[in-house]
Amino acid sequence: MKLLAVLTLALALASPAAAQTTLIRGGRVVTNAGAVLERADVLFTDGRIGSVGANLTAPAGARVIDAAGKWVTPGVIASMSEVGLSEISGSGAPNDASIRDGLISAAADAGRAFDPAASAVAITRLEGVTRALIAPDATGTIFSGRGAMVSLDGAADSIYLDRAFEVLELGEVGAERAGGSRAALWPYLEAALRDAREYPARYVSGQGGAVLHEIDAAALKPFALGQGLFLVRTERASDIRELIRFKRANPTLRFVIHGGAEAWLVAEDLARARIPVIIDPMVNLPDRMEKLAARLDNAALLSRAGVTIVIAPSPGTVDAQQARLALQLAGNAVANGLSWDAAFAAISSAPAQVFGVAGDLGTLQTGRVADVVIWDGDPLDVMSAPVSVFIAGRDMELVSRQTRLRDRYNPVQR
Amino acid sequence: MKTWKFIAAAAVSAVAMASVAVAQDTFHTVRPPTDPYPSTYAPRATGPVVIRAATVLDGEGGEFAATDVLIVGGKIASIGQNITAPAGAQEIDGRGKFVTPGIIDAHSHLGVYPSPGIPASADGNEATQPNTAEVWAEHSVWPQDPGFTRAVAGGITTLHALPGSANLFGGRGVTLHPILGARTMQEMKYPGAPYSLKMACGENPSRVYGARNTSPATGMGNVAGWRQSFAKAQEYDRKWKEYWRKAERFEPKPENEQPRGFFRNTHKKKGSGDPPTAPDRDLELETLTGVLHGEILVQWHCYRADEMAVALDIAREFGFRVSAFHHAVEAYKIADLLARDNVCAAMWADWWGFKLESYDGIRENIPFVHARGACAIVHSDSEVGIQRLNQEAGKALSDGRRAGVQISRADAWRWLSINPARAIGIADRTGSLKVGKAADVVVWSADPLSSYGVAERVFIDGAQIYQRGQAIAPPSDFELGQSFRERAR
Repeated sequence: MKLLAVLTLALALASPAAAQTTLIRGGRVVTNAGAVLERADVLFTDGRIGSVGANLTAPAGARVIDAAGKWVTPGVIASMSEVGLSEISGSGAPNDASIRDGLISAAADAGRAFDPAASAVAITRLEGVTRALIAPDATGTIFSGRGAMVSLDGAADSIYLDRAFEVLELGEVGAERAGGSRAALWPYLEAALRDAREYPARYVSGQGGAVLHEIDAAALKPFALGQGLFLVRTERASDIRELIRFKRANPTLRFVIHGGAEAWLVAEDLARARIPVIIDPMVNLPDRMEKLAARLDNAALLSRAGVTIVIAPSPGTVDAQQARLALQLAGNAVANGLSWDAAFAAISSAPAQVFGVAGDLGTLQTGRVADVVIWDGDPLDVMSAPVSVFIAGRDMELVSRQTRLRDRYNPVQR
Repeated sequence: MKTWKFIAAAAVSAVAMASVAVAQDTFHTVRPPTDPYPSTYAPRATGPVVIRAATVLDGEGGEFAATDVLIVGGKIASIGQNITAPAGAQEIDGRGKFVTPGIIDAHSHLGVYPSPGIPASADGNEATQPNTAEVWAEHSVWPQDPGFTRAVAGGITTLHALPGSANLFGGRGVTLHPILGARTMQEMKYPGAPYSLKMACGENPSRVYGARNTSPATGMGNVAGWRQSFAKAQEYDRKWKEYWRKAERFEPKPENEQPRGFFRNTHKKKGSGDPPTAPDRDLELETLTGVLHGEILVQWHCYRADEMAVALDIAREFGFRVSAFHHAVEAYKIADLLARDNVCAAMWADWWGFKLESYDGIRENIPFVHARGACAIVHSDSEVGIQRLNQEAGKALSDGRRAGVQISRADAWRWLSINPARAIGIADRTGSLKVGKAADVVVWSADPLSSYGVAERVFIDGAQIYQRGQAIAPPSDFELGQSFRERAR
């Protein structure tokens, strides 16, 4: 009796999380690896894609889902957010994305603050977003801290890629932190990289860092040695050109630009330098002096020039709540000249590639992690929504605080 | 209630004009000006236009397939099939396209918080004391804000520019057309549109002033602040009415009857005496009095259901109407109260959680308010959001349908035009495609309730002010001649 109760409890706990063998039948399948398959099946087992193709046979015991008339895609990657770093970001409530004290900057580590139980995780997930890049915003130096890639499955072990990048402010924000001027910003950067490369020697010797605390220098070292990715926040064309020159002088360093409002003006240079850009296709206002040339077809122009683009909210609009808007952003890029395939790739396979996880995420191919979403229509259209979300093969319940509030107050059900 | 107030106000105005007419050299009835910064907007002269065979959403719930819209003299002249257009009318092929009323944003800070957002341009909030009902957003509007050009490209034909929300009373809002190339605010000002008063509930005022250790520091402080101010406004109103009553009865004595010498100060005569002295003008209370008279419409920033319910009681206590609650993230919880009191809710489709009072935001807020028979509005409060309010309506519509609320896309368009027009007091002139109304019209490339439908042509009062793919001319002076723009030609 007691044993039965324990078994039942174990089953109850395990079943929603179990990665059941699943066959999704007859959907319009976007694999991100070749043309869209108009009527195809997707089979996954043990959290990985088994096969994708027409008329697959369901293994014994597999769950079969009819997806006729529906779209089937890889899970969306929210490429910049603060999801899980606060429950409520403002109102003086605790917000782990915001670091005011100057002591810790480059060393700030968003992955260690991530809470998979935060309401935004489920709210974001049920819009088809299965993974998110999260970043802290330390303000002490031009380094805002280390970001992570997390799974949005709500599980205890949600960190998918720890210390995935270091945020480096090389625009107006960085200039402000370096004393108010770009003229000071670049020498500051060079000094900081020197501090990091010479860690721990110069700290042990008592010489100390030129600009960095010991703890920041230690955290920055692998990035300064080219072992990690710098996520560079910069908008102005001339700043981007300076970054390209800097990369030429420091060829081992790895960069992805976040922002890039004026990147279209230097598209060919960026393509040659192989620097990808994370852009926001709704940015078209000169709301900062560094964005005077912002325009809606930035994504299309960059893509045409051969630049790898990722779509995510711009640096000023990254938040804990609306990472789900990546889909609408991508749809608007299409409305402004980007191909649908490139736009969808920009929120799935392109970020997987930029952050070095393309072997696992971003495409529906045999052996990849089974992050799969079934949609009631074109996922880039605001009128559409997921009907099923799988993360690593597990069927996620499409329930959140918001759906509970919705159901409590739904006038139709009253 | 509103009706009798308007009648009363009209009667007072009539009396006022009469008394001004009989005023003599020695005595003038003081009457604060009602329109000291008049609109100089003039519709551009334009010939007739006919849009053929489009899908027409009329903004009041009607959808008509393969239908023509004829614009003559800046007005909607006819809607129907195979309309005979006047000779020389511009013909626009609307096949495969959608035609709607222009989008009206009831909550914008364009002009007052312009781009670029640098300290010198942050003109949107006189956050120096909790009651700044005396300031007018129009006096902060910078016509060169590049945001106006972007808004037009999103199908906006009218917007209501409001002060920010730090204060209990933020000041007056103004209704504008996004006229490109306007040199002055007056050239953008919607002629005859009523002013509004921006009020703010909740966390903002108590946070801003609480941090300065002044009232309000709490929710109850907010309520006390509103009530005390309206009580003062009632007293101010009473003083002016008493003055006008005396002024009306006052008969100045003819020059030759003026007493002289010793008797000068003791002479009494029926109906005369010392001329009444007008109360000192108080610009703050002048605005609040306008609210009490129903001439200035209340636009009340308020997130939480319980705070909106208290706000409705305050309105009842002092005898004014709330035109719309703005943001109203919890409007879905009290949609019945909004419907009862005939108050609109201007909402985002999906913003939530950026502060405690927005924590209960849900994607079905707009359709749920609509479903309970209240007036739902999609608003932006954002120079980015204003460019695609149609997509916000699309989100709300589709999420509502998934929750079981059946709404047509034609009904959803009410949230974008006729309902905001009503909230800012211009619904009799625009906001829907009805014969005789202003031809504020957008032609969309595809279904605008999607990510892909974009505004191809935008008309204000029948004049085409935007065409997609053509340079938006003239651009803002701010953007003129910037080097990359010259190169990008």
